[in-house]
Amino acid sequence: MMRLGPARRRIALLLSCLLAAAAPWAGAAENAVDFEGRVIRMVLPQEPPQLDSSKATDQVSTRVLGHVMEALTRFDGQGRLVPGVAERWEIRRDGATFWLREDARWSDGSPVTAADFVFSWRHAVDPITASEYAFILQGIENAEAISQGEAPITSLGVSAPEPRRLEVRFSRALAYFDKLVAFATFYPLKESFYRARDGRYGADAEDMLFNGPFVIERWDHGARLEMAKNPHYWDRDNIYLNRIEFPYITADTNAALNLFKDNRIILAALDSETMENALDQRWRIERFNDGSAWYIEFNHRDGRLTQNWNLRRALALSFDTYEFINRVIGTPGNLPGLSLYPSYMQGAKQRLLQEIPPPEPVTDWTLAREHLEKAIVELDLSEPPELVLLTGNSPTANKQAEFLQTLWKDALGLTVRIDRQIFKQRLAKMTAGDFDLVAAGWGPDYLDPLTFGDLFASWNLNNRGRYANPALDACVRKAQNSVAAETRVEAFGCIQRILLEDHTLIPTYERGQIYVIHPAVKGAIRRQTSPDPDLARAWLEQP
Amino acid sequence: MGRYAIKRIFQGLITIWFIATATFAAMHAVPGDPLSNEKATTEAIRKNLEARYGLDRPVFPDQYFIFLGNMAKGDFGLSFTQQNRRVNDIILDAFPVSAQLGVLAIAFAAIGGVLLGAFTALKRNRWPDVTVMLAVILGISVPSFVFAALGQLALVNANDALGFTLLPVAGWGELSHMVMPAVVLGLSTLAFLTRLMRSSMLEVLTADYIRTARAKGVSDGGIFWRHALRNASLPVITVLGPAIAAITTGGFVVELVFAIPGLGRAFVEAVQQLDYTLIMGTTVFYGSFLVFMVIVVDLIYGLIDPRVRLV
Amino acid sequence: MSAYTPQPEDFAPLGAQDAAPVLVRPSLSYWADARARLLRNPRAVGSLVLLALLGLFTTVGPLFWTVDPATQNLDRISEPPNLGAEALLIDRGQRWAGLKVEDWPAAPDPAWLAAPTRAALDAPEGLSVVGTSHTWSVRLRWNPVENAAGYQIYRNRYRPTALNELGLPLGDRWSGAEVSYEDALALEPGVYWYSVTATDGLRESPHFQTLRVEVERALPLNTAWKAGLLAPETGEPGQRLSLPAHPLGTDYLGRDMLSRLMHGARTSLFIGLLAPLLYVLFGTAYGAAAGFLGGRADAVLMRLADFVVALPFLLFMILFRVASGVEAGESGITAILVAMVLLLWPATARLVRGQILQIREEGYVQAARLLGAPQRYLIFRHMIPNTLGVILVTLTFAIPTAIFTEAFLSFIGMGVAPPTPSWGSMCFEGLKSMLNSPHELFFPALMISLTVLAFNLLGDGLRDALDARMRARE
Repeated sequence: MMRLGPARRRIALLLSCLLAAAAPWAGAAENAVDFEGRVIRMVLPQEPPQLDSSKATDQVSTRVLGHVMEALTRFDGQGRLVPGVAERWEIRRDGATFWLREDARWSDGSPVTAADFVFSWRHAVDPITASEYAFILQGIENAEAISQGEAPITSLGVSAPEPRRLEVRFSRALAYFDKLVAFATFYPLKESFYRARDGRYGADAEDMLFNGPFVIERWDHGARLEMAKNPHYWDRDNIYLNRIEFPYITADTNAALNLFKDNRIILAALDSETMENALDQRWRIERFNDGSAWYIEFNHRDGRLTQNWNLRRALALSFDTYEFINRVIGTPGNLPGLSLYPSYMQGAKQRLLQEIPPPEPVTDWTLAREHLEKAIVELDLSEPPELVLLTGNSPTANKQAEFLQTLWKDALGLTVRIDRQIFKQRLAKMTAGDFDLVAAGWGPDYLDPLTFGDLFASWNLNNRGRYANPALDACVRKAQNSVAAETRVEAFGCIQRILLEDHTLIPTYERGQIYVIHPAVKGAIRRQTSPDPDLARAWLEQP
Repeated sequence: MGRYAIKRIFQGLITIWFIATATFAAMHAVPGDPLSNEKATTEAIRKNLEARYGLDRPVFPDQYFIFLGNMAKGDFGLSFTQQNRRVNDIILDAFPVSAQLGVLAIAFAAIGGVLLGAFTALKRNRWPDVTVMLAVILGISVPSFVFAALGQLALVNANDALGFTLLPVAGWGELSHMVMPAVVLGLSTLAFLTRLMRSSMLEVLTADYIRTARAKGVSDGGIFWRHALRNASLPVITVLGPAIAAITTGGFVVELVFAIPGLGRAFVEAVQQLDYTLIMGTTVFYGSFLVFMVIVVDLIYGLIDPRVRLV
Repeated sequence: MSAYTPQPEDFAPLGAQDAAPVLVRPSLSYWADARARLLRNPRAVGSLVLLALLGLFTTVGPLFWTVDPATQNLDRISEPPNLGAEALLIDRGQRWAGLKVEDWPAAPDPAWLAAPTRAALDAPEGLSVVGTSHTWSVRLRWNPVENAAGYQIYRNRYRPTALNELGLPLGDRWSGAEVSYEDALALEPGVYWYSVTATDGLRESPHFQTLRVEVERALPLNTAWKAGLLAPETGEPGQRLSLPAHPLGTDYLGRDMLSRLMHGARTSLFIGLLAPLLYVLFGTAYGAAAGFLGGRADAVLMRLADFVVALPFLLFMILFRVASGVEAGESGITAILVAMVLLLWPATARLVRGQILQIREEGYVQAARLLGAPQRYLIFRHMIPNTLGVILVTLTFAIPTAIFTEAFLSFIGMGVAPPTPSWGSMCFEGLKSMLNSPHELFFPALMISLTVLAFNLLGDGLRDALDARMRARE
């Protein structure tokens, strides 16, 4: 037998470590699409932070939940509202009734009943749960009082008089309630299962119960998530795919594109840096409007320079939204920022912005300087003021902030100081009002213009600039409390006019995204609200 | 020996307390808090969330001592970002990944470094030496994230050109996933070890016992493998300890680029999200890991090398 | 020949002598010897030359290359290295309202749309350009298609032969009567292929019409005035104007790369040089104090150093960087410096303490002490000069680490804040566009590599030159 010296013994040790590690080298390469097994593979941008639907707030969690859960209603590929667990429903001024389908089942085979919705909704508004989305139930009787801890959760205006009938009572008109209930917070939860989990509901695949087209079968935290077709789902015959797997979790768009190129995933987002490369590869590039509206928010608190209308107008007049989307962002699909409402929002008959067309934005540096002069006089300054622009620390945020800084320097001679902060610090500063300008965006929670329209109401906590205008508040109330579509459109128009005339904000752009998708995958749905992308009803066509 | 070990472990515990306190202080100095979110919440909900995480108590002394108490029990609490999971579970999932990657990277660096170093020493000042040393210098002069991105790009193009998957471009699970990240991660250590090995080998080759062996007629191969390589590797082995520490905690970049669910990535994400408990858990865990690695290495040296006096 | 007669002066006593006997070989001090040895090392000399060049690049460079690193040229985004260009002057008037066909239905007949089988729509005929095509605008028009509910407009760099090669989906028209589109999306000079398809509102037709358009570089008059390329209110649309050169290309906002590299060097080298200098100085003082005081004080001081060493470096670097709470408009350089100094001093302290302890026992120090040399003499005459070599080498090797750390922080979005450029942040930004405009990554990465390389080589050279005993060791 060969004697090993100390050095070689160590090397041998290392080699045996290597061999031990090599054991799982299973050569089975996982391609983006498996035609026989009806499997598709995708990338998740991050580990889903919260799969308890009553507490989920972020896009990744709601995207996963959208494949494994089903609400009373849902949106189809054309953006139309279609029945989900509810077979039919009725919305009245003071309430709503939902009739549940008979064959709706949980993944353990038990029926989905109205009581599951009652439990889930009560749980969501319960202050003990501390769900950040409790506000979305506002308008249901007593929801606000319960979330403030002033009423018992059983007083929530929702009841299950029959196992398959759900009754809801409103405290104010909720014209869009059927669209609202498609949202993740309204998913059912089975009480007995939820309680048995003792606070661990949603922590792991086995700690969840599903009623949607898929179930989570495997969840290696931070590494991989796999969904399999739910055999108990009522509409299982219309579900083609057997599995949707997420073997990669990364937010890096370059890595995602590389994985796509390597035929590992079916879908990859593109940006201005990677789109040329996608063209060279001769891939078909798709485009969609992701639903978010982006804007620069002013701080309207007392003592802030940005309280001055002339200053805000000067800043707005020097900004050119077309130049911004064409040159600075530089990807197709972004639409000019004309209004607070995105262009896809529906009005009474047509698209909302066709019914209440916003004025074409004006860019005029000379006029801007005149307003700045006025502002300087009004504010009793001797020179153009210094402003603080709060921004995040992503490369995109940096790029836009640098552009704006130079723009306002050139146009107005203003000094803008960039305040770059990590996510939570930026939020803390926004809440505390420690900024003059902040670049912000808003994505819709439900497909009604009100999700944007009430943003600058004085009572809205997301109104980080603390804009307060009784005239605007009145319009928002009108939009909230009316049922007639025309009245609401009128109210939305009033909101838009006030915001634009008062320069409450500068709309910058409406975000579009471009992406590439595997040519064999059909029926993938991109939409403005979660789940996006939605592949639950996708199918494969061999080329 | 026993007394020495106990003393070292006691010192280690104090060091860990110091790390924990430093982390706690640094983290609470960060403006902002983990509970802020894109959508604003009401006061009532905020209060309940604070109560859930114990943030409603004063930072000092309450939160600090509760944290220390739980830490002593080995419990870091609930994560703020992966909301239903315990920090302990997250670390237990993520650390083995980082460790596997680290071990592989070290193996690559050590084996490659020793062989390349010995090789260049033998070919001293001839073209193989010059080329390799140039590459080595390059290896320590390029930022690791550039290497990582280039490595990934190279794989994509290689797979594309070959028509089959030589190595996957990202992800985790199989050894094939680890190869490229380990190479990228080990590259700078490899360069460092090559330089070390080369100079050590040069010194050994002029030593008396090599001349003696040669005079006795030992073959060139015999001299190289039996005498030179073994003796020259000794300094390499002594620096491996710190190198392992540096690599296992330095995997941030490759973990981010190659979509590897390791602890480094978890930490970077935790900092962005100000996930108090996860930051605390990761730092204390890594700190303790390093401290005890050093102690263990020292104790083993004491056992192996009689010249090291343990007092 | 006469015998010498001694004179009385010959017997006068010899006074004090003015000069000592001259030695044949000049005395070679430690430093002179080290310098000579360093200069004999070609790699070290090379690195010194490289460093001198880098220094000139940073300090003198901006005097010659006076382009402002903050000036954005939105018409010249991500350009590869070039020696200038020529642009057509244009007048950017009102936005184009577009063309609409009167009396043409906006949407198809519902009956037709409801038919179970319906033919795919025709390709839009008559695709042509309206006006001049240049990098600020390409205006397209086409004939309306029967039963169309809208059109999709695509653009590519090569001639499309199949549906999947149409290229970038630029935009859409949501009415069969709207038959024009203005493209202004990041146009570059060269040839583009535009394609238009019709859609019936549910399905897009697979038939498309393609048009080749040559796009000329253009510059709006008012942009030329603002940028100072033309005297205000001069120039005519249609004239040509030479644009300045960008020898290293431009970045994602059209800023000059060369100028940004020069200014970025200030940040990177400032952090790279000052941070090591500060912590090496602090570490030296600390280690020297510990080594010199000895006993209990030494034990306490070194215990503290052990604590700091145990902090995982990158983790705490990130933590401290975040905790230092950079204010608006600050670059965050100070925060990075402070964090580095706080975390990295103990290594030097340990090293210097070891040296001091060793030197204290050396024969010549003992001798000096026995001869009654005061403490101060011992420190300044023996201790410091004899540790200086080690400190210098440590310092040289610390610089690459500091530069890399800055780059790493940029990589995770915690480096210096914009608009301050640094090589690290430029590298990170270049990383994203690596495939299309490699120069945005290549040049900053090259600068980092050259600097790190130079300091590594210099460190090697210094070590060899300063201490022959260290030569063979690492």
